[in-house]
Amino acid sequence: MKTFNYHSAKDVKEASKLASSNSAFLAGGMTTIPSMKLGLASYKDIIDIKRIKKLSGIKVSGKKVTIGATTKHSEVASSKDVKKAIPSLAALAEGIGDPQVRNRGTIGGSIANNDPAADYPSACIALNATIHTNNRSIVAEKFFTGMFETCLKSNEVIEAIEFSIPEKSSYQKLPNPASRYAIIGVYVAKHKTGINVGVTGAKSCVYNDKDLAGALTKNFSSSAIDNVKISSSGMNSDIHASSDYRANMVKAFAKKAVDAC
Amino acid sequence: MASLVGSRVERKEDKRFLTGKGRYTSDINIANQTYAIFIRSPHARAKIKKIDTSKALKSSGVVEILTGEHIAQDKIGGLIAGWAIRSEDGSEMKCPANPPLAKDSVNFVGDPVAVVFAETLDEARAAADLVKVDYKVLKAVSNLGEAMNSEAIHDGIDKNLCYDWLLGDRQKVKEAFEKADRIIKLDITNNRLIPNAMEPRACVIDYNTASEEITCYTTSQNPHLSRLIMSAFGGVAPENKLRVVAPDVGGGFGSKINLYNEEIVCSWASKKIERPIKWVAERTESFLTDTHGRDHITHAELAVTNDGKFLGFKNETIANLGAYARVFGTVTPTYLFGPCATGVYIMPAAYSNVKAVYTNTAPVDAYRGAGRPEATYTIERIVDKAAMELGMDPIEIRMKNFPTEFPFKQTLVHQIDSGDYVAGLNKAKEMADYDGFAARKKESESKGKLRGIGVTSYFEACGIAPSPVVMMLGCGVGLWESAEVRFNPTGQVTVYTGSHSHGQSHQTTFAQIAADELGVPIENIDVVHGDTDKGTFGMGTYGSRSLTVGGIAIVNACKKIVNKGKRIAAKMLEASPDEVDFKNGEFVVAKSNKKKTIGEVAFASYLPGVRDEVKSPLPEGDEPGLIESSFFDPANFSFPAGSHICEVEIDPETGHVKLDKYTAVDDFGTIVNPLIVEGQVHGGLAQGIGQALYENAQYDDSGQLITASYMDYTMPRADDLPDFNLGFTCTKATTNPLGVKGCGEAGTIAATPTVMNAVINALGGKEISLPATAEKVWKACKEMKKSNAKAA
Repeated sequence: MKTFNYHSAKDVKEASKLASSNSAFLAGGMTTIPSMKLGLASYKDIIDIKRIKKLSGIKVSGKKVTIGATTKHSEVASSKDVKKAIPSLAALAEGIGDPQVRNRGTIGGSIANNDPAADYPSACIALNATIHTNNRSIVAEKFFTGMFETCLKSNEVIEAIEFSIPEKSSYQKLPNPASRYAIIGVYVAKHKTGINVGVTGAKSCVYNDKDLAGALTKNFSSSAIDNVKISSSGMNSDIHASSDYRANMVKAFAKKAVDAC
Repeated sequence: MASLVGSRVERKEDKRFLTGKGRYTSDINIANQTYAIFIRSPHARAKIKKIDTSKALKSSGVVEILTGEHIAQDKIGGLIAGWAIRSEDGSEMKCPANPPLAKDSVNFVGDPVAVVFAETLDEARAAADLVKVDYKVLKAVSNLGEAMNSEAIHDGIDKNLCYDWLLGDRQKVKEAFEKADRIIKLDITNNRLIPNAMEPRACVIDYNTASEEITCYTTSQNPHLSRLIMSAFGGVAPENKLRVVAPDVGGGFGSKINLYNEEIVCSWASKKIERPIKWVAERTESFLTDTHGRDHITHAELAVTNDGKFLGFKNETIANLGAYARVFGTVTPTYLFGPCATGVYIMPAAYSNVKAVYTNTAPVDAYRGAGRPEATYTIERIVDKAAMELGMDPIEIRMKNFPTEFPFKQTLVHQIDSGDYVAGLNKAKEMADYDGFAARKKESESKGKLRGIGVTSYFEACGIAPSPVVMMLGCGVGLWESAEVRFNPTGQVTVYTGSHSHGQSHQTTFAQIAADELGVPIENIDVVHGDTDKGTFGMGTYGSRSLTVGGIAIVNACKKIVNKGKRIAAKMLEASPDEVDFKNGEFVVAKSNKKKTIGEVAFASYLPGVRDEVKSPLPEGDEPGLIESSFFDPANFSFPAGSHICEVEIDPETGHVKLDKYTAVDDFGTIVNPLIVEGQVHGGLAQGIGQALYENAQYDDSGQLITASYMDYTMPRADDLPDFNLGFTCTKATTNPLGVKGCGEAGTIAATPTVMNAVINALGGKEISLPATAEKVWKACKEMKKSNAKAA
């Protein structure tokens, strides 16, 4: 690991001020630290935001669940409020990594990193999330822009993620047997305003599968998915799953998700 | 005193391991130590044009940087193959030089070319980044199937062929095949595995400038052997100036048999820089440079009659040695593989032909089971295929070809002393509720799932022996084992064993044996191993040899103690030695009913006199002290055997294979500690299941290891495995006084074919290659559905 300057920010303003093009915010550090240890990433400044109290916590009000950026996966997984309002979101958090990761990793870190195989981005898409930062609010579909890319600026700090509570929803994933990241993960959510199918792992970036959503809008049942054609073009392909397999699994897991709704 | 052999004594090791008090190599720190970082080839095959260390040498904290040039200047020798194998045409095998630091060429990604020693680990790392190595990259030979038709990697080794070996009789096989009703053919790729010991390799070297002795703490399965190789072949120091200590070692599975580049380099360098050195592998280094396992391509044929009798068997295998031949690298695909090719069956004619080839990949060597899993996989898959083609039940075909009389002369080499294969398979069948499978299959089908059942019967040959035979076959050393049993004057016992425990629980098992032999409470017995200064010599632990060879050496040393004790007790009790009986720790003279405990005898042996009287308890000619040693060389291998049955349930929508039930019935002869043996079986099964369903080391065309981390190399996890249903049968080994057989590798040997037979059974006989990953199984399910639809 290369040497770096460590800062512990007392508030979001200070964190933002310390940031540069050669810095990283540190919350759980579940990706940042291993990347630094492996020499894949190095920064001049590491800005720890874990001590900023207002960035952590879960609030349910009306039709929204709002989760602070540094809230840990284990906190979301075990939150009675989340379990009641959006049980599929608590279940998703319970399925991330292993207990050590869930006790350190944070929701803000996960979506800021936008790993193509991460779980939370699919929840943001499916649950019409709004990402609140220190200077704006961004809807999920605009937030995730590419592989490990978001529209965040280098001095922009995610403060909270606000999810809409759906009528029903389910997240089903096919875990990579080695890493247990999603080979594909499908998050189906039925809202009064429409249906979203957030898909992670399949392509370079999370996306809302409009074809699946369209079929489910007409008929919310797994049989409605049978006739949807999912193309393998643009799908990821690696030693664990070919693009053809991924395309088929998106369909299979979308059906599982609908059945579990 | 009740016998401890056979009881579930809790492990003496557990307290320190479970409370984090184990002392592993990387826990050792020596004042003033430097830290080593090795610079490794990023290319699978290249010529080294130039190494520029000038900038790195000026980097902060750097003590020294050494390269292959320095190794050559100091005439430090390289790594060796421990077995010389001869080809079918009588020619000797061909092995390339394997210097500890490459000087002219590199042959796999991870091959070390230079080493940096610095005051801190970070400084060593930073300096290593500044070492410039100029390579001329050559086309890598990374594909095993194409290796013999590729450019030679090593000068003078035509076709990359180390040897082309034959065991068996081609003519007899030809005749047998002519008589067959049917020939069953099978092509198999035995997937390459990475051992993944929990503790990465490490060494800490301390050079004593006064005594000129080098102490090498290292993660070894056989410290004496490492010392021998480092001295005799490496020329690092004479054996009397080398001490090798392998303290607690966190798993080996064969990967820590070898002496590696790093130990030789750091031992030699410590003397050169007159500083202690510490090196600990990072996980990526472990993936890249620990010896790998398996990696065969096999074509097999089985000649059968229409009623399922076996007539003959051929096994044609290409085995990957990787870039260099290492200690057990050349014997694993020959004498550890070939003889077991015909499995547990009467096979009138057979041969095994193995071509071992070099590729630009990490060296391949013994990995838990070493050769026997590959052999067993082939025969057990082809027997299942035969049953299917003949429309027979897999159990029926096996029963039909089992030997029922022992000793059984197996076709190719082994004289199996004892066994009862029928009893084992019958017990497994009952425990697995084999007859209830049809109903369970129906139930799975009602949920849209496929269910399959798989059977394997295996034998294995472990505890390789006797030494004259193994040396005749090409082994560079004898495979005996030594033990020394020392009574202290105050009655506690220290047992030194030349075996090495890196998870096998010798501290407990060996203490149980000694406690029974000596009648001393187990608490008073310490088992010591892993330090060349503490015991005479030892051949170490691999190939399930610890108990059957090392354990028996302890028994024999204990018997010598008792014999000397009898002579002393006789004199003390005024009787003749043949009037003294030894039982439960007491020497008793029946006619006078006088007795002495073994503790009293030990005390007397060390303090042979009393004040004011010339009276010694020592008989004429006996020396003071109660210490005895033994070198045990068994008359033969030991031959554990068993039958395993498992069931899988497959989701055809995703290809996911759920291992639902697993029954293992093994015959390990006498079981010293059932608790430990069950643990060995569990671990072995997990590794065998890993090979069947998850693990697969893959290199790309340029020779890059693309499964070099846990992100891509799939290890079996606890939640992948069912509760194992274990059973035992017992036929005692006749070749050792305890009647024990090895148990460490059996699970690994049997589990892979058992699981694959079940998967292929679920797929209606459709062959798929190892490992049965979800995508492969999903594809097979799709094709099955298509062909079923066509048939309908």
